[in-house]
Amino acid sequence: MAQITLSDLAHSYVHNGAETGDFALKTLNHVWQDGGAYALLGPSGCGKTTLLNIISGLITPSRGRVLFDGVDMTESPAEKRNIAQVFQFPVVYDTMTVRENLAFPLKNRGLARAAIQARVALIAEMMGLGEILDRKARGLPADAKQKISLARGMVRESVNAILFDEPLTVIDPQLKWELRTQLKSLHRELRHTMIYVTHDQVEALTFADTVVMMHEGRVLQTGTPESLFETPAHTFVGHFIGSPGMNFLEAKIEGSRGVINGQCFPLGANYRTASGFTQIGIRPEYIQFSADEGLPVVVKHVEDVGRRRIVHAELANSPISVSVPEGQFFDNTMARVRFIPDKINIFVDDWRVQGEAL
Amino acid sequence: MAKVQNNRAWLLVLPVLALVAFSAVIPLMTVVNYAFNDTFGNNQFFWNGLGWFEEMVRSERLHAALGRQMVFTGTILAIEVPLGIFVALNMPKKGFWASLCLVLMALPLLIPFNVVGTIWQIFCRIDIGLLGRAMTALGVDYNYTNDPLDAWVTLIIMDVWHWTSLVALLCYAGLQSIPNAYYQAARIDQASRWDIFRYIELPKMSGVLLIAVLLRFIDSFMIYTEPFVVTGGGPGNSTTFLSIDLVKMAIGQFDLGPAAAFSLMYFLVILLISWVFYTVMVARDAGETR
Repeated sequence: MAQITLSDLAHSYVHNGAETGDFALKTLNHVWQDGGAYALLGPSGCGKTTLLNIISGLITPSRGRVLFDGVDMTESPAEKRNIAQVFQFPVVYDTMTVRENLAFPLKNRGLARAAIQARVALIAEMMGLGEILDRKARGLPADAKQKISLARGMVRESVNAILFDEPLTVIDPQLKWELRTQLKSLHRELRHTMIYVTHDQVEALTFADTVVMMHEGRVLQTGTPESLFETPAHTFVGHFIGSPGMNFLEAKIEGSRGVINGQCFPLGANYRTASGFTQIGIRPEYIQFSADEGLPVVVKHVEDVGRRRIVHAELANSPISVSVPEGQFFDNTMARVRFIPDKINIFVDDWRVQGEAL
Repeated sequence: MAKVQNNRAWLLVLPVLALVAFSAVIPLMTVVNYAFNDTFGNNQFFWNGLGWFEEMVRSERLHAALGRQMVFTGTILAIEVPLGIFVALNMPKKGFWASLCLVLMALPLLIPFNVVGTIWQIFCRIDIGLLGRAMTALGVDYNYTNDPLDAWVTLIIMDVWHWTSLVALLCYAGLQSIPNAYYQAARIDQASRWDIFRYIELPKMSGVLLIAVLLRFIDSFMIYTEPFVVTGGGPGNSTTFLSIDLVKMAIGQFDLGPAAAFSLMYFLVILLISWVFYTVMVARDAGETR
């Protein structure tokens, strides 16, 4: 168990990339608190796996340091770091039984037989592997193999952290949900630091207490799922989180008023006029249709997604989507929208700016 | 959709039947013919039943050749398989050196068998060969033309030189197909180098390794050209393997009856062993995908 600190970390896969600025991972400072459940969220190719492999020691970073409880571990190899890692595709030792697979990392660390047996039994029980413990790993279906990988990741009691690299990719949707819940409850019981890499926002938001959002090798925001949803630090976070993502509209800001196409609407805070490209960001959930109040829109089409309807419209020639909850009245006569003032975020050159309370 | 029964479709098989008849069945039948008949000349044959087979099964000469054959095949398998695995494990994984290794290793496989024999025959001669002269100069009593042990060592080294690449290349292909995550997981699990070999590399290689063993077994069990060129089966009969003995019997002594019976048994043994290998491989693959 340890607090993991990343200090001025950066990595380039290209030889001499550090000089030319060709970074897969741009300079980053972060502290992973002991016992936290983190999600590393971002689109494919944004540097999530690189970051994970640097923490586990499979990659040595081009720059910066990795500290475990203040001790510099940057140069120490994966074997010495006492980290568990689960990979995207199942890694099992084919010729071993499921039991031997789980016992393997413990055996290599010289644990006593009885301790190994007890631990393997416990984890196998938690992961639902009890019935197949004595079967050969070869020939088991992919999801069972991935369960073995997950269990092997969790079997060591004293690990500094458990890293998951998109571990549920090969799992059926139904079982996915079940395993995620299991991981979550395992975290509650074992209190290991867990870092879970995913490109799926639902996975990230349901698993983690803290979400680290990455894009193009950079950490854009770190925060609770709620803060990523309500106050995204960057327009990309707003786009990426939520379904559909946040609406962004070019606007002029005048103190506590926004102006789009010459029409004013109130904001939830007071902003100093800033130079740069100014946008307002508003979630589809926080826009309301109205017959006579707000800004005029042209409705293009309506999408029914079960519990709610998504209305795709145009406001001042920019696309905008509005979420209309089940049971709420909506028809074509309602050609205006109203933004909930408190829920409006202001972005200058893609970064969110903080307003002053009114 | 109902299946249409039309027995005239069998006619479509005729071309293949004709081809197989000319390429395999008819030549084989002439051998079968000799194996069951005897002659006193004038091209007049009479039925001999299993006579030749009984004679061959009891033949001490054949037993001796079979014994030599098994020792030879066993020895080269025992050397080439571990050596091939070792080479494959130590080859570069990618880049210029990997390509260079692959090309260099493929070279021996591309040399015609009788050329391989000729190369080693000359290379090892004590009068003009580089190796033979060097050995003599070093004071080693080496002469493959009159010392049976030297002849054996020469043939085995030649076969290892010629065929280890095949085993190594097949193993290399097997190793290359192992995803990197396996090695990363092994590091995280603190597996030793031996564990990685024992639990990751060997199981992942076992499929291609089985094929390599099968190919090397069949090839070496039928070996003819190279020992024929180098030693001609000598000194004495010490390197007379099955094929060499068979040719001596059939063409040297013109004992067509016994040689034909010998050929058929030889063929059946190889067929049987190949079948066993095949069955094992298929069973293994079925276990894999279940």
